[in-house]
Amino acid sequence: MSLDLAAAPAETTSAPLLEVRGIVKQFPGVKALREVNLTVSRGEVLAVVGENGAGKSTLMKILAGVQSYDAGTVLLDGVEIRVDSVEAALSHGIALIHQELNLADNLTVGANLFLGREPRRWGMVIDHDRIARDARQWLDRVGLEVDPQTLVSDLSIGRQQMVEIAKALSVNARVLIMDEPTSSLTQHEAEQLKNVIRDLSGRGVSIVYISHRLGEVRELAHRVSVLRDGANAGELRDGQITHENLVRLMVGRDVSQFYRRADATKESRAMAASNPPLLQARGLKTFAYPREALDFELRAGEIVGIAGLVGAGRTEVLQTLFGIEPAIEGEILISGKPVRALCPRDAIDAGLALVPEDRKAQGVILAMTVRSNLSLASLRQRQRRGFLPKAYEEELSARSIANLNIKTPGDEQEVGFLSGGNQQKVALGKWLALEPRILLLDEPTRGIDVGAKAEIYRIMESLAARGVGILFASSEMEEVLGLSDRALVMHEGRIRGVLARAELSEEAIMRLATGQAATPTLSTG
Amino acid sequence: MKKVIGIFCLLLVVCVATAMMSDQFLTKYNIENLLRRTGLFGILSVGVAFVIITSGIDLSIGSVVCLVGVGLPWMLTVLKVPLGLALLTVFGVSLGIGWAHGLLVTKLRIQPFVVTLCGLLIYRGLARGITRDQTMGFGNDFKALRWLATEKISAPGIEGFGVPLPFILMIGVAILAAILLNQTVHGRYLLALGRNEDAARYSGINTHRMIIMAYVICAAMAGFGGMLFVLDVNSAQPADFGNFYELYAIAAAVLGGCSLRGGQGTILGVILGTALMQVLRTMITLVDALPKNIEYAIIGAVILGGVATDELVKRYVAQRKAAKQLQA
Repeated sequence: MSLDLAAAPAETTSAPLLEVRGIVKQFPGVKALREVNLTVSRGEVLAVVGENGAGKSTLMKILAGVQSYDAGTVLLDGVEIRVDSVEAALSHGIALIHQELNLADNLTVGANLFLGREPRRWGMVIDHDRIARDARQWLDRVGLEVDPQTLVSDLSIGRQQMVEIAKALSVNARVLIMDEPTSSLTQHEAEQLKNVIRDLSGRGVSIVYISHRLGEVRELAHRVSVLRDGANAGELRDGQITHENLVRLMVGRDVSQFYRRADATKESRAMAASNPPLLQARGLKTFAYPREALDFELRAGEIVGIAGLVGAGRTEVLQTLFGIEPAIEGEILISGKPVRALCPRDAIDAGLALVPEDRKAQGVILAMTVRSNLSLASLRQRQRRGFLPKAYEEELSARSIANLNIKTPGDEQEVGFLSGGNQQKVALGKWLALEPRILLLDEPTRGIDVGAKAEIYRIMESLAARGVGILFASSEMEEVLGLSDRALVMHEGRIRGVLARAELSEEAIMRLATGQAATPTLSTG
Repeated sequence: MKKVIGIFCLLLVVCVATAMMSDQFLTKYNIENLLRRTGLFGILSVGVAFVIITSGIDLSIGSVVCLVGVGLPWMLTVLKVPLGLALLTVFGVSLGIGWAHGLLVTKLRIQPFVVTLCGLLIYRGLARGITRDQTMGFGNDFKALRWLATEKISAPGIEGFGVPLPFILMIGVAILAAILLNQTVHGRYLLALGRNEDAARYSGINTHRMIIMAYVICAAMAGFGGMLFVLDVNSAQPADFGNFYELYAIAAAVLGGCSLRGGQGTILGVILGTALMQVLRTMITLVDALPKNIEYAIIGAVILGGVATDELVKRYVAQRKAAKQLQA
C-alpha cells in the first residue's frame, strides 16, 4: 500500500492538503521552531520524528491551535488559514490527539464525544438518546466495541485513545495529528491503532504521526519528516526509511560518536564490573506494584539503564530508592549496609541523589534564580547555624555554571527563562554539589536539545569514571543502548530481564518491555 | 523590590491626598493613632504572610485574636489566675492552634481554607462560650501589662508626640521576620516550597515541617496581636472582637506583594500594605465628603486596583521581554 502511494508523487499534480511554511516559535530563552516547513497530502500518513526537544510537539500544537506562532503561514487546500484557537483548527478539520489524553474521565464515552456540542431537545435538555445513537456510529468507525454509556475512567488508556480519535472524526477531521499515540498502549492495542490508521488513510484522512518508535514509523509511514533543533533536518520516503537514516538525520552526526562511550572506556567498565555492589535492592516492593518484588544491583562506576514502556514502573523504582514514596517491603543496601529511605532526606544522607522525570514540576523551581536552585539541596549541610551560607552559594553557582556549561546571563536569572537543557543542568548541578555516590536519573534528557543531551551524557560518563554508580530510566531506546553497561528491562512492575552490554539491542529490549519474551537472564549482575 | 516601591508610592499618594482634604490628618494625635493601629494590625499581617508564602491561607486569625483577647482578661479577672500562668496559657494555646492547623494541612492534607475556616468558627464559639458572651476587660488593674499597648516612647525634639509601643513591637517582629525569611535556610525553604512544593521535597527539604512552622508563626502572631489589642482597648466583646481581622491581614499581605499562589512576598511590603489599609480607613473617617459607611467598598476597590495593576505590569514586562528575545 505504501508503495503505490509513494510511487504516485501526488504533490506534482495536486497541491498538498495541508502546508506549513516558515513557522517560527519563540519561547522565553529558546527558539523552539525556526522556519519549519511541512506538507501533507490527502490520505497520507506522514511521520514526524526527531529527538525530544526537536520541536515536534510544539509544531503539532501550533497546527491544532493550542499554541500560537510568531511567524509563518499555514495553508489548507492552498488557501491560507489562521489556526489561532482549537476551535479554528477544528473548523478547518485539523484535530490533535494529545499525548496526555484530554477526556473528562468522570463523564461517559458518549458525553465526551459530544462535549460542547451536545444535541439538545427544545434547545435546553441534552438529548441522551441521540448521543447514544450517534456515538455508536463513530465508535464503530474506530472499531471500538464499548457502550457509549460507559464511564471513560473505566476504559483502558488504549480505548480512551480510540474515543479521542472517534471524537476527532466526528467533527469531520481531515487531518488527524497524533502525538506519540502508542507510547502507553499494549502491543495488542498498538496493533489495533495501526489498523485504524491504515483504514482512515484509505478513506482519505491525512495522518500526521509523531513517534519515537522507529519500527512503527517504518511500518506505517508513507513519508517521514525529520526535525532537529527546531528546524527541518530532512525527509525520507519508503526505501530510504531505515533505522540508520532516521537516526542520522535526527542526531545530525554519526550515532556511535554521539552516544559516547563506545569502546574508549572499555577498561573502566571492565573495572566497574569487578567492583563490589554499591547499591542492592532485595525484594523491593514499590507503591505502584506492591506485589512485585524487585532484585537488582548497581556497582560503583557502572551505568545501568532501566528500559520499559510508560507505566512499567521505572519511575517508581527510582522514587522508592530516593524515599519519595517509601518501599512497601524489601531491603535497600548501600555498600552492603541496609538503609531505610523513608524520605528524600534519608536517601540523601545515604549518598543518593535523584534527578526526577518532570523537570519543571520536580527538578527545579522555575521562579527561583539559578543560584538558589543550585544550592537548594546542599543548604542543609552548608548552613551556618540556620543562616544562609551566601559565600558558598555564590562559589557553588559560579563553579557549576562553569563546569556544567550552563548558559545563563547570570546566576540571578530565574531558571524558568533558561532552555530545557540548561534547566536540566541546574537540576543535575544541585546534586553534584553534594557529591553523591549513587546518582538516579529519571529521563535525564527529556525535552532538551541535542547539544545539551551530549553534554549530559558526558557528565554521566565522567561521574561514572570517578566511581559514582548511575541508575537511569529512559524511554529513549538510543539512550539506553548507547549509555548502559547493563540494562534492566521492566514490564508491568517486573524486571523482565537484565541485558548485558553485548546483549543490548532494540529488538531484545522491546521484546522484554512488551512482556512477550521468555526471560533469558533473569538474574542480576 | 519594584512592588515595594509601587506600594510605597501609593501609600504616599493616599497620605498626601488625605492631608490635603483634611487638616486633622497631620495632627500628632492622628499620627500616633495611625502608628498604633499599623503596629497592631502589622503583627497579624506579618504572621499571615508566612502562611501565604507557603501558598496557604489562615482565616482563623480574627477568632484567635478574640480567643486570646477575651481569654486573657477572663483568666486574670474571673479565674484570678496568676499573671505568669495566664500569659503562658495564652502563648501555649496560640502555638497549639497553629501546630494543629499545620498538622491538619500537611498530614491529613485538608485544604488550608477548610482547616482555618473551621478554626474561625471553633475559636469564636469557644471564646463566646467561656465568657458566656460577657464583655471582658481589665478595669483599672494590670496597668503594668497594659503599658505594653498604651505606652508611647516620646520622640526627641517633638513636643507632645510619642511613638506608640505596639508600633515599636511590630518593627521588632518585622525585623525578626525579615531575617528569618531572607537570611536563614528556613526562609529559603519556605519560599522554595511555596513556589513548588514537589521540587522542594525532591530536594530533600522537610516540607511538612516547614509548613507547620508557618502556621505556628501565624497563630503565634495572632495570639500576640490579640493580647495587644485587648490591652489597648481594655474591653472586648466576645461576639465581635477581632471580627474580619484575618481579612485585613490577608488583604495587607496581598497588597504588599504576597501572592496567594505562594512563594512571593517581602516583610517590608506587608508592613506598607498594612499602613496603606490603615491610612485608607483614617481617610474615610476624616474626609467629610466621604460617606462613612462605604469604608469596605473603598478598601476593596483599592486592593483590587493594586493587584490588577500589578498583574498588568507583569504582563507588559513579560511581553516586552519576549519581543526583545524575538529580535535577538
